[in-house]
Amino acid sequence: MDIATFSVQLLNAVQHGLVLFLVASGLTLVFGILGVINLAHGAFYMLGAYLAYWIAGYTGSFALALVGGVAIAFLLGLVLEEAFVKRLIGRDHLAQVLLSYGLILVIDEVRQILFGKDVHSVAPPAWLQGSIELTDVLSYPIYRLALCIACLVLAGIIFFIIQKTRLGMILRAGAENRDMTRALGISFDRVNRYVFAGGIALAALGGILVAPISTVFPGMGDSMLILSFVVVVLGGIGSVAGAAFGALLIGLTDTFGKVFFPQVSSILVYLLMVIILLWRPNGLLGRAS
Amino acid sequence: MKASPALARALLAALLIAALLLPMIAPTYYLQFFAKAMLLAIVAASLNLVVGFGGMVSLCHGAFFGLAGYVLALASPSSSGASLWTSLPLALLVVAVAAALVGALALRTRGIYFIMATLAFGEMFFYFFHDTRVANGSDGIYIYFEPEIVIAGWRLVDLGNKTSFYYVALASLLLAIIVISTLVRSPFGAALMAARDNEQRARSLGFPVFRIRLTAFVLAAVLAGIAGYFSASQFGFVAPQTLGWHVSATLLIMVVLGGMKSVLGPVFGAFALLGLEEILKSNIEHWKLIEGVIVIALVFMLPGGLQHLAQLVFADRRAPAGQPGSGASSAGRQHHG
Repeated sequence: MDIATFSVQLLNAVQHGLVLFLVASGLTLVFGILGVINLAHGAFYMLGAYLAYWIAGYTGSFALALVGGVAIAFLLGLVLEEAFVKRLIGRDHLAQVLLSYGLILVIDEVRQILFGKDVHSVAPPAWLQGSIELTDVLSYPIYRLALCIACLVLAGIIFFIIQKTRLGMILRAGAENRDMTRALGISFDRVNRYVFAGGIALAALGGILVAPISTVFPGMGDSMLILSFVVVVLGGIGSVAGAAFGALLIGLTDTFGKVFFPQVSSILVYLLMVIILLWRPNGLLGRAS
Repeated sequence: MKASPALARALLAALLIAALLLPMIAPTYYLQFFAKAMLLAIVAASLNLVVGFGGMVSLCHGAFFGLAGYVLALASPSSSGASLWTSLPLALLVVAVAAALVGALALRTRGIYFIMATLAFGEMFFYFFHDTRVANGSDGIYIYFEPEIVIAGWRLVDLGNKTSFYYVALASLLLAIIVISTLVRSPFGAALMAARDNEQRARSLGFPVFRIRLTAFVLAAVLAGIAGYFSASQFGFVAPQTLGWHVSATLLIMVVLGGMKSVLGPVFGAFALLGLEEILKSNIEHWKLIEGVIVIALVFMLPGGLQHLAQLVFADRRAPAGQPGSGASSAGRQHHG
């Protein structure tokens, strides 16, 4: 493998990791703040990609698809929180697993009714089409590069909100000790709702951003869900920094595993998780419970 | 409230007799359906040993079910059936070793971590069979001949015969119910439930909590393996989907639908869910939508499952009322130690 091919693969790995971070950060925030396990997270990722296909198909604008898809997902999150998730807080994990699995069944079937089960593709915005020539035979698509930059900016915004704003302070306090934060007069009901809707919007955003470089297909949420779970387990529940770290680790393992050991690449990710769990059962940056 | 024991026992006896007599009246299609349901009932009941009595929400139970089927498929010669005397123990051994490895790692974690770790380990098996050519990858693998049960050259049972197969499934289910009830009533079961209710207290009383949980996890996997072995032989086909996490999630629905507090609850849960799917499938195109809504309704409206409903109907009115907060609140709870 020469240095140019290696760089392209490295870029792919980083890009994979960054998207994974977007999706997994939503998951880990919902775990950390609400204490709710959401198996339907992958379904919202899939839904985001289908919404992008749908809106972009109607309007011809990827930007509208981006804004519209995220807005729909956020509203859906608010409604679901109000209708179901709110009543699950404090219930055992099994109830949460079942509720979110029921949601998966419903979302999958609604997608089936609205969009069918065909595989679709979404065109990237015109100004991001084309690719950069690296060598005579190697090139890198501009959209992928833009995707990396967009993810980095979003990651920066997420970290800024969590570290520097009042909302972030409440989130960190809530993840640390919910009862104490509540005793200090912070109302969690609203925070919970926005965190849940925001988490879902992040999953959908991941799906929308990925739509132009991958195909939009019914099972796409499943593999993303499992990978996000592995990221959260690696990073530690509720830790956004841990999710960033875990996502990059998984992105590198997954991408280079596919290059060097194509047959067993998907197992490598789990082997990595096994090793980390043996070493630190609460994840890399998780607190000992 | 406790169900009146005499009435419950009479009902169960009637059910058993009906199950024994069913092949005389039911058409082959229903025999096959009931055999399939009985095998899945074994898996649900064994999962309840982990989830209900052990308080560990596992999302990789389906992987053990599917793994046993894969072992049978790989152990079957291409021109004849595998011998049950060698292939069944082999399948169960492989499942036990896999469950011991997964359990030893996953049981280092608690609560949400345990759920996610088991989900990820289960998917590891899925991708192993999906991506590698060990067993034909995503295409799955056919089992052309049923396993043979032969003693000294004489064929004891023909698994290809639908009626014989039905009785084998029924016998396996009864065996599994007896094994699980015995375990739950034994000191081992008491220790398992003690660890579920208060891990720290159980530990300070000197119970080896990790070893008890691991034992339950492996035993449950082996029982699921028995069902997986016969299920693969019934359909003559295994594919990666048989060990995916959707199977595990469906099994959890069966457990909760039936009720986690008793050994028999998940058995009824399996029959109820499969029966419901059968009815929905034949009548409605988008039946999964209805199933999803029913699952969501179950979580909010009937957390104790059908068993809770049955208790309300068959309540023994002489028994003192009480036991506040019954339902799913105590079972399945995870303690952060």
